[in-house]
Amino acid sequence: MAELQLKSNRFREEREADWRRLEWLLSRIEGGAPSRLSSAQLLEIPVLYRQALSSLSVARSISLDQGLTDYLESLCTRAYFVVYGARTSLWERIGRFFREDWPAAVRGLWRETLVAAAIGVAGVVVAMVLIGHDVDWYYSFVPKDLASGRDPTAATAFLRDTLHKGGGGEDSELSALATFLFTHNAQIAIFAFALGFALCVPTAALMAYNGAMLGAFLSLFISRGLGIEAGGWLFIHGVTELFAVTLAGAAGFSIGWATVFPGQQSRVEAIAAAGRKAAIVMVGVVVMLFVAGLLEGFARQLIQSTPVRYAVAVASAVVWGLYFYFRRPAAAP
Amino acid sequence: MTEAAPVKPDRPAARDSSREFVTPEGVDLRLRLGEVSDRAAALIIDLLIILALLVALTLLAAGVAVAVATKAKAPEMVSVIWLLGFFLLRNFYFTGFELRPGAATPGKRLMKLRVIARNGGRLTADAVFARNALRELELFLPMSFLFSRGQGVDAWLVSLGSLWSLVFLLFPLFNRDRLRAGDLIAGTMVVRAPRPLLLPDLARDGVSALPELAFTSQQLDAYGIKELQVLENVLRTNDRKTVAEVAGRIRAKIGWTDAVGVSDRAFLAAYYAGLRGRLERQMLFGRRRKDKFDKG
Repeated sequence: MAELQLKSNRFREEREADWRRLEWLLSRIEGGAPSRLSSAQLLEIPVLYRQALSSLSVARSISLDQGLTDYLESLCTRAYFVVYGARTSLWERIGRFFREDWPAAVRGLWRETLVAAAIGVAGVVVAMVLIGHDVDWYYSFVPKDLASGRDPTAATAFLRDTLHKGGGGEDSELSALATFLFTHNAQIAIFAFALGFALCVPTAALMAYNGAMLGAFLSLFISRGLGIEAGGWLFIHGVTELFAVTLAGAAGFSIGWATVFPGQQSRVEAIAAAGRKAAIVMVGVVVMLFVAGLLEGFARQLIQSTPVRYAVAVASAVVWGLYFYFRRPAAAP
Repeated sequence: MTEAAPVKPDRPAARDSSREFVTPEGVDLRLRLGEVSDRAAALIIDLLIILALLVALTLLAAGVAVAVATKAKAPEMVSVIWLLGFFLLRNFYFTGFELRPGAATPGKRLMKLRVIARNGGRLTADAVFARNALRELELFLPMSFLFSRGQGVDAWLVSLGSLWSLVFLLFPLFNRDRLRAGDLIAGTMVVRAPRPLLLPDLARDGVSALPELAFTSQQLDAYGIKELQVLENVLRTNDRKTVAEVAGRIRAKIGWTDAVGVSDRAFLAAYYAGLRGRLERQMLFGRRRKDKFDKG
């Protein structure tokens, strides 16, 4: 024991100042003040990070000081997330989302979208056929609080009124109504997406039920000769809303599908890949539902003429269709 | 066959909570998984914060309504706040915080946790959104079952539904990486992010005493790396009783007869320095002595 200092101790003393410097810089950044660091200081971080990493490797092979390796592991981990976690700015990210990511993700899900739409349409048809045979089926499809008096026993005049006088809400409560519709629908859509994880079946059920509710409403109004007007009332926002719900279902299906049939990848990888793509679609779906909520809460109450309502519906269908499925020239790399 | 089949490198013992995480520079950072208990605590803290925010918003809205004296509008304002506020908080509180550099909600930060991408890449906004959208299934679905009442067939449906939703709630307990369904979908995982301080090197004060307490190499060979680390913990905790007890045991084990009266702590510090010096020197020659039973 002739030497008065261990090698590992000397190793530590030589490098300690650099580690402390890195720690200080990191806590500045993590404290949310990267802008307070000068560019020279920012450039220091990757260099110090690599030094700390090599210190960690060396410490693991020459030092038995547990406190030292623990410290270096945590320091390197923090630095790693700062160095490799660099993100594009929020605005750039949002811009890219609307320009490329969202339409591309929606296009990628076209098969699932068709399936979800088909299930929804099937729900509509089944509900209409069943109610055509026996009116009592109406009550199994439409919950009471949603119907708010619009059931087969209602008078035709009352039904016509609901189409033109803001269904349920009065003008003074427009904003509350729009908020309610938006949050309610968004929650349903997110729910449809989440349920996809349970192997598609609950999502399919939700899609079918949604379609059935729509079919029940339509058949009620058609039976009173109000079909055209009800269509205008429904589709002014319904084009956007139903499209969004269908996309949410499609996103759910893509996850459920990856769970059951992962293909070449391992199951966990396949789920993660599908999940990330579906999440992009879902962010967009929430945006669409917000638009639908505005159309439903405000435009529908303010526009009373049926042809204009149809015009808005067609316009929104064209806009969404072009936005998602019209192929843009690929952006320069 | 000695040509190793591709052993999965991140396959430590089942109870071990540290995971391999190799940086592009090729260094393994050995991340530790977040404990389920810590994560549950973090979630509860977050939910309480959300609740407090909503209550505060309501009080504020009520205050504004009273001040402006438009009491007729107050119910509408409150309902908009609860609907929109709960929706925004429920869906974007977690997402918003996890997108910041710390990748942790206030609850997670308190519990010293953070979210990372499982493949070691950067945590994308899409992944964060996906992992939190699944909360709907894991958390709010069981909750809504819990709060719904029913009779007869409905009651059975509700109880079956809550059993079914437990599958997702308890998901993290049944896989090795403690992933919840959202983590699985998003390709993320939750790890511990403690910030240990750089503790003083214990060998420094021990080394100076070594010349007086010259340990023989047999005496230093009594222990291995595992015992050294236990000893390091004892010295760092510095509990007088434990120090005395451990010093007594080591003295007995190595047959130390003390001529000069050395305090227990000084003895341990010196032995620590001696043992560490010897083991480290062996390490430089490529031999890691795991513990005292490792005769190599």
